[in-house]
Amino acid sequence: MSADGAALGARLRKRDLTAAPAALNLLESSAAPDRAQSAALLAELSPAALGAEPAGHVIGVTGPPGAGKSTLLSALLGLWRAQGRTAALLAVDPSSRRSGGSLLGDRARIEFDPADAGLLIRSTAAGERLGGLAAPTRAAAHALAAAFDVVVIETVGTGQAETEIAEVADTVAVVVQPGSGDVLQFLKAGIMEIPDVLVVTKADLGPLAGNAARDLGAALRSLGSEIPVLTVSSLSPAHGIEELAAALDEHRAGLDLAERRARARRDGALAEFAAEHGELGLRALGGRPAARALLGEQDPRLDEAALRTQLERRLDERTG
Amino acid sequence: MSGDQSPRLPERDLPWMMRTYAGHSTAKASNELYRSNLAKGQTGLSVAFDLPTQTGYDPDDELARGEVGKVGVPISHRGDMAALMDGIPLGEMNTSMTINATAAWLLALYIVVAEEQGVPERDLQGTTQNDIIKEFLARGTYAFPPAPSMRLIADMIAYTVEHVPKWNPINICSYHLQEAGATPVQEIAYAMSDAIAVLDAVNERLRRGDEDDVQRRMEQVFGRISFFVNAGVRFVEEHAKLRAMSILWEEIGRERYGVSDPRHLRFRYGVQVNSLGLTEVQPENNVQRIVLEALAVTLGRDARARAIQLPAWNEALGLPRPWDQQWSLRIQQVLAYETDLLEYPDIFAGSKVMEALVAELLQGARAEMAVVAEHGGAVQAVPYMKAALVESHRERIARIEAGEQVVVGQNRFTETERSPLTADAQGGILIVDPAVEAQQTEEVRRWRAERDQRSVDAALAALAEVARDEHAQENLMTVTIAAARAGATTGEWARALREVFGSYRAPTGVGAAAAPPGAEDLNELREEVARLQEQLGRRPKILVGKPGLDGHSNGAEQIAVRARDSGMDVVYEGIRLTPSQIAASALQEGVHVIGLSILSGSHGELIPAVIEALRKAGVDAPVVVGGIIPEQDVAALRKAGVAAVYTPKDFDISRIMREIVTLVSEAAGATHNGAGNGAATGSSGEADSGPADASVAAA
Repeated sequence: MSADGAALGARLRKRDLTAAPAALNLLESSAAPDRAQSAALLAELSPAALGAEPAGHVIGVTGPPGAGKSTLLSALLGLWRAQGRTAALLAVDPSSRRSGGSLLGDRARIEFDPADAGLLIRSTAAGERLGGLAAPTRAAAHALAAAFDVVVIETVGTGQAETEIAEVADTVAVVVQPGSGDVLQFLKAGIMEIPDVLVVTKADLGPLAGNAARDLGAALRSLGSEIPVLTVSSLSPAHGIEELAAALDEHRAGLDLAERRARARRDGALAEFAAEHGELGLRALGGRPAARALLGEQDPRLDEAALRTQLERRLDERTG
Repeated sequence: MSGDQSPRLPERDLPWMMRTYAGHSTAKASNELYRSNLAKGQTGLSVAFDLPTQTGYDPDDELARGEVGKVGVPISHRGDMAALMDGIPLGEMNTSMTINATAAWLLALYIVVAEEQGVPERDLQGTTQNDIIKEFLARGTYAFPPAPSMRLIADMIAYTVEHVPKWNPINICSYHLQEAGATPVQEIAYAMSDAIAVLDAVNERLRRGDEDDVQRRMEQVFGRISFFVNAGVRFVEEHAKLRAMSILWEEIGRERYGVSDPRHLRFRYGVQVNSLGLTEVQPENNVQRIVLEALAVTLGRDARARAIQLPAWNEALGLPRPWDQQWSLRIQQVLAYETDLLEYPDIFAGSKVMEALVAELLQGARAEMAVVAEHGGAVQAVPYMKAALVESHRERIARIEAGEQVVVGQNRFTETERSPLTADAQGGILIVDPAVEAQQTEEVRRWRAERDQRSVDAALAALAEVARDEHAQENLMTVTIAAARAGATTGEWARALREVFGSYRAPTGVGAAAAPPGAEDLNELREEVARLQEQLGRRPKILVGKPGLDGHSNGAEQIAVRARDSGMDVVYEGIRLTPSQIAASALQEGVHVIGLSILSGSHGELIPAVIEALRKAGVDAPVVVGGIIPEQDVAALRKAGVAAVYTPKDFDISRIMREIVTLVSEAAGATHNGAGNGAATGSSGEADSGPADASVAAA
């Protein structure tokens, strides 16, 4: 028996956080009855239904393996909870190409109080599709943003990953550890888009972290960017965590949220359409620019699924 | 060799120190055990502490539930330590303590009790294990993050070299690395890299004071570092490993630390032989395994152990009884007193085979040490080493499953008569009285009520103050001893430091383990998982974790890796979980099955508590349990709601996976669940896990 999507959506709207696990189970399911209920859930939470964008701050956190993301998030989540903000973490790990399975190890590294109802941690596999966050992850972030104050999507990677996360997050933070030159190279070569906040971890390693932050700052200024570069130490005695939280808040405050979210939904719908129908499908629409133009004409408050339906309707017209 | 061409030594060598790793229930019960072991000819003590003591919790802490007095003795304060050592003259005894995160505290209690006996600290002899890096890598009983942990160790070494000069403040452990799957090369390389990290930290500590004679003191420190190694059943190569280690150690001493005194350069080690290879099936075969492993560390005089403790034949079944441990002590005594082993110089001198084996190991170890150094040393390389160990262990299990590595009685020659050794009502193991926990809880509360609270508060405040200053001149050991004297408890000492240092969760190493080449049974399994995914609507998701304080995570890690390789999404939650944490995770993650691994003997208390918490959270997913579970306990676990129980005899992990798939499929079918698993609360799953190894009582 499939869960009642509309009821779950209504509970999330009322910020009933206990509805979140079941909502996520539903959104991740590919069974046909569940897909219908998922759509009902998301429809309950679309900007059109809410009358505004979901209020939660969706933050993307990405960086290479070993950069200290889990430990940093452990500290950040603790701070947000101490500030009285509810928080959800969607930790995305890669899936094995060979088996399709995944090992989601973040939970073991993050401290949490099981009695704290205001904190949700959900480990998610990236899935088999190459490139882009899985659609359920985007839908989950959107749904949770209606109920939680902060929603974090954490992914592993350097280079491409943060452009994918930018499709859904209001604010993207890239996390690097001192001594890893990759990020600098990626930025200079234009492989990596410039994030909204850059975080250098392991400040307890001393001058190394400071040097790394200075080098990154210089590289960014040479690219004409003035984004904040922060150094943090996540292990006790932690420092820099409050400053990081403030920098994230500040970025969000300066955003045209409706515009950024509408763009994210259009990008997501296009990515989903491309994954489903391939280049052939895109060409039938007249290419990517034409598809974007079509999306640009739609009501910006439509959710991702509705936007994708518009693309598919056009596809049917062209090929039908 | 002597001039008259006699192949014998002029005088028979003295035997090594003989110990038995022992302790359980209460300080008083363990004291009686020690006295009777000494009466049987044991020549030193080896104290096994329970998991709450090892991780810094008092018996009345939530995390201590089910673990008090199980794998060792609970020691909460100086009163407990006094009872443990009652009637044992500490000035003459040589005591080895398997204690790491809380080593400074337990040594402080020992010093204070010696004081009460009128024995000055400078006369104390013994060893504290105190090797935190291998806790992060293999054993899991850490308490603080890496940096402050290393600081505690450095302080303790600096203190003992000055005030307790006959004490071995640290035993660099390669033992646990082998238990976690290390190859001989990895065992050598990681242990040596670990020692280098410790020595570098001490060096820095010594330079902090206004010491003109740092070099002289470093020589002394180098001479006080001892090792705790393992020996597996491939005893020829294992012996070569020890010869390679002594060569490397001398080289490191001379080249890296400028040590020249040959006495300080000697590679000194104690040993507990392998538990990983001990089997639950036909457990009597473990006796010959233990004998052969004992030969690995005694055969060649140039690399002979200083101290030996042997595991008992029944460790894969549960906790050994005094009689089982006596049997292991008698193995040592036969070897030392009946055979001619101690009459000769090194019997491998001039052996080409041995020399070549040693050279091969040295070459591999140097290369691997270079990799660790590239990572920035052993502390920084913990994630790298951890992943490498998980990978080696995965390969080992795959070889056993495929029959390429023979384990007699387990994957070959499996026909057997019924063993009379396990025929008694308790199945041939020690059962700790469950009343011990309540009794110890009451005792520690009475202790707190009756002491001078003001001096305890003051001592703990002084401890925290020194801890807060990263560059403190004052040694953490002095304030720790003061707190021990004042009557503070283990939990209070650790809490004071946790508040300053923060707590920590170590890397798990599971993410990086390679998927094996497509074995056929794995392909079939993946198809079954794919069918299950169709049925569920989403990929089957399993939660794997370890409730309680037991940090031996090999089994859980291997189950997690295999579940991923079978095509499942695996939430690996790691070690040291409370029942409510597991329930919250299962709910939030929406898992279909929950796998719990437990090796400390606390399954009787913890597993029902987990199931109760799960059901209370609205999670109805099936639960599977793996670990060292005596056969007579299985029925009770099933009755508490466990769907399946796996023990070391279930070494075929693919079969475990197939059973889990069936279990999830049946559970989903029974509730007609699509993917949603219940609208109100979400869902969760069942569990499984089954360590294919057996290292419980062996530290």
